[in-house]
Amino acid sequence: MSKSDLSFVRTEMLPEQAPPVTEQGVVKWLRENLFAGPINTVMTLISLVVIYKILVGITPWLANGVWTTSSLAECREVLQGQTGGCFSVLTERWNQLLFGFKYPVEEYWRPTLAFVLLMVAITPVLFQELPRLFVAAAAVIATVVLVELLAGAAGLAVPTVVVGGLGYWVLARFGAAQGWGSMAVSRKLLLVTGLFPFVGYWLIWGGTVLAPLVALVGVLAGYMAFRRFEAASFAMGFLAALVAALVVWYLGGFVTAAAQDALALPEVPSRDMGGFMLNMMLGTVCVSLSLPIGIVLALGRQSDMPIIKWICVVFIEFIRGVPLITLLFVANVVLAYFLPPGTNFDLILRVIIMITMFSSAYIAEVIRGGLAALPAGQYEAADSLGLDYAQSMRLIILPQALKISIPGIVNVAVGLFKDTTLVSVISMFDLVGMIRGPILASTEWNGVYWELWGFAVVLFFVVCYGISQYSQWLERQLQRDHR
Amino acid sequence: MATYSDPPAESFKLSQLINDTRYRSYTFQVIALIGILLLVGYLISNLINNLQAAGLNISYQFLGEPAGYDINQRLIEYDSQSTHFTAAIVGVLNTLLVAVLGCAMATVIGVVVGVLRLSRNWLIRTLMSVYVEIFRNVPVLIWILIIMAVFTAVLPQPRDFRGANATASMVGDMFAFTGRGFYAPMPYFETGFAQGAVGWAVVLVVLLGSWLAARAVGRWAARNQEATGLRPTTWHITAGLWLVPLAVVLYVQGLAWEYPALKGFNFQGGIFARASLIALWFALSIYTAAFIAENVRAGILAISKGQTEAAASLGLRPNRIMNLVILPQALRVIIPPLISQYLNLTKNSSLAIAVGYMDITGTLGGITLNQTGRAIECVLLLMLFYLTISLAISAVMNVYNNAVKLKER
Repeated sequence: MSKSDLSFVRTEMLPEQAPPVTEQGVVKWLRENLFAGPINTVMTLISLVVIYKILVGITPWLANGVWTTSSLAECREVLQGQTGGCFSVLTERWNQLLFGFKYPVEEYWRPTLAFVLLMVAITPVLFQELPRLFVAAAAVIATVVLVELLAGAAGLAVPTVVVGGLGYWVLARFGAAQGWGSMAVSRKLLLVTGLFPFVGYWLIWGGTVLAPLVALVGVLAGYMAFRRFEAASFAMGFLAALVAALVVWYLGGFVTAAAQDALALPEVPSRDMGGFMLNMMLGTVCVSLSLPIGIVLALGRQSDMPIIKWICVVFIEFIRGVPLITLLFVANVVLAYFLPPGTNFDLILRVIIMITMFSSAYIAEVIRGGLAALPAGQYEAADSLGLDYAQSMRLIILPQALKISIPGIVNVAVGLFKDTTLVSVISMFDLVGMIRGPILASTEWNGVYWELWGFAVVLFFVVCYGISQYSQWLERQLQRDHR
Repeated sequence: MATYSDPPAESFKLSQLINDTRYRSYTFQVIALIGILLLVGYLISNLINNLQAAGLNISYQFLGEPAGYDINQRLIEYDSQSTHFTAAIVGVLNTLLVAVLGCAMATVIGVVVGVLRLSRNWLIRTLMSVYVEIFRNVPVLIWILIIMAVFTAVLPQPRDFRGANATASMVGDMFAFTGRGFYAPMPYFETGFAQGAVGWAVVLVVLLGSWLAARAVGRWAARNQEATGLRPTTWHITAGLWLVPLAVVLYVQGLAWEYPALKGFNFQGGIFARASLIALWFALSIYTAAFIAENVRAGILAISKGQTEAAASLGLRPNRIMNLVILPQALRVIIPPLISQYLNLTKNSSLAIAVGYMDITGTLGGITLNQTGRAIECVLLLMLFYLTISLAISAVMNVYNNAVKLKER
């Protein structure tokens, strides 16, 4: 049996054929992502119809929008029956939406400057390094805002920031950021962070500069006393710090009382605060106050000492079990009964106390989760090094536990920021309160629901979505270390 | 050579209270206890002084007095002569009503959205992400007010339904969507041996019987399968067991529908759901659903792909893989956060006060508080109510967590 010796073997490869049309490019993507199977196709078509309907509804409303009239009636005249948004309510009531209706107009630059400083102050806390392009853009925006403030047009600051931010986003999106590289955020900026609470208070509430200065000196004295006695024990240092700070504040009280007009900005009472500024203030103050309290509560709840543990458990579970609204009722109508007769706390302070208690309970639970997630070996290692409780917590446990809890803390912060709108229920005029009260109830703008609520939705969405994106980014950054 | 059986006896020194770890914790606890007691004592003495100065006292007698205000949304008998206590109960029931409705709807929307976020369809996936992000990142109070604005600004008023050239019309002569709320037909029993609530109880009993029977059939099928390896087809038996008795009992009792109809200035008859209830219900549902969707998605993603593949290699079919392998494991991840979302929804329902829905915050914490001036008592009762609900729900959650905990040996 012999094989045929005639054979043909191809010696060179055939050129590759292009894949079938349905297996490449756009068509492939469409087939796989939009039209894979009958059910998918139907769902795609339904979604397209929904999107189309929404676009058809919204486009003329946006495109025909009227921005310059002074009342709803005028706006309707301009529109002459066409569909269109009366966005002039936003331009006309812009300052009210941002600052409330009582904050003195000529002082608008103060909260705006405080806001810009806040951005500078939180930068070193949030970022280790930033793209150079971002820093440049931020510098340009900040300069423009400052010029606007000097020119007395504080209301323009927010649009400037929004437009500038969008501009930066577009630039970064199309790759302009690559060539610039990134730069480390200087740790010296932390000085601004440390000073901000005092400067911010002074800018927003006004009054003599001595009051926040005394507060600052008290904190510094406390810190120095703590350093002096820390070697003895943490508790000792803490007590010394407390005593030193209280002494300085008490003595400083006389100085402040004696020189009410030293470098004084016109005073603005709390009840005049309003608009989105109030939401920002409550959110920032309450989150930053509730973080240390939450850490203490979480440590207390994990403690071996039964009495301390139960005090913390009862506090946390009680606060978490009731809605924020009832706590705001407490701030509004009940808290005054529990204070010495004659004390007159203003409402904003009472609200800050209650919201801080509320969020510190939630933060405590998040941090407790972080503490529980640490392996027991970390606690034992700290003990075997001979560290005492305060040292092991500060040096070993908390840095790790807090790192694990960052996403949870940010979630609580976003939730808290959204919850600041609840103060409108106890007749404070935050953004929601302004819209429901003075603006929608006015004769000029009675009935302009969609423009106003749309504005509120956009504002809150931008802030909250931004924060949650930051938290996700940070989570990714931190994950990298554990690989 | 001296031997010691005991360490050298040291006399107790006061400095040990702070320096010796054996005693230090007692020192701290005593300090904390004294501090708390002092604080509480201080607050209470202030309270007593303030109350004396204002000529007030703490008393719950006001609960027995006539409330003197009307509640338009109520599940039990109530009029303005009823007591404040009855008003509070009406409020409690309204809170529970909107909480139960909201939880049900939020679960349905949340599960659907959560599953669709994992869809292979890019468009659907993106739309669902947009939904979740938009609703999660805007305060629920704004959503409640926006939906309320739909009622006041978009939906027609009852008068628009009237006349020859009415601008609005009912849907199929059965449903009316007006600015005051939604109207739907109400079923009732015409003839029947039992009227009203008793009639519905009979229907409920019949349904219970059907359920037991269907379960028995299921067990029989399972026994058969274990004995012979073949599962008898039972779906038509089960369907019959559910439908036939129900149809019979409804027919015997003479089921009829009462349609809402325009009389005078308003619709009469049928089921009426007030605008405030719907606004609160929808807003809480879509807001909480966005969170539930994330929980569902995380739960499904938490089950590794190997589980699906292992089940498939055992020869299970896709829907049995879902039912027998994926869901039992995913539910273990999904249910605890789901229940805490229910809790959040219940607590958020206190925002009812913003749209005038009379829940417990609106009655006890709103009008009763303002009328009687009994702020401390009212707020205390209010907190107690929410605390009870929270603790009850967390107790249920603990029981569930213990039941589904991985049994490690």
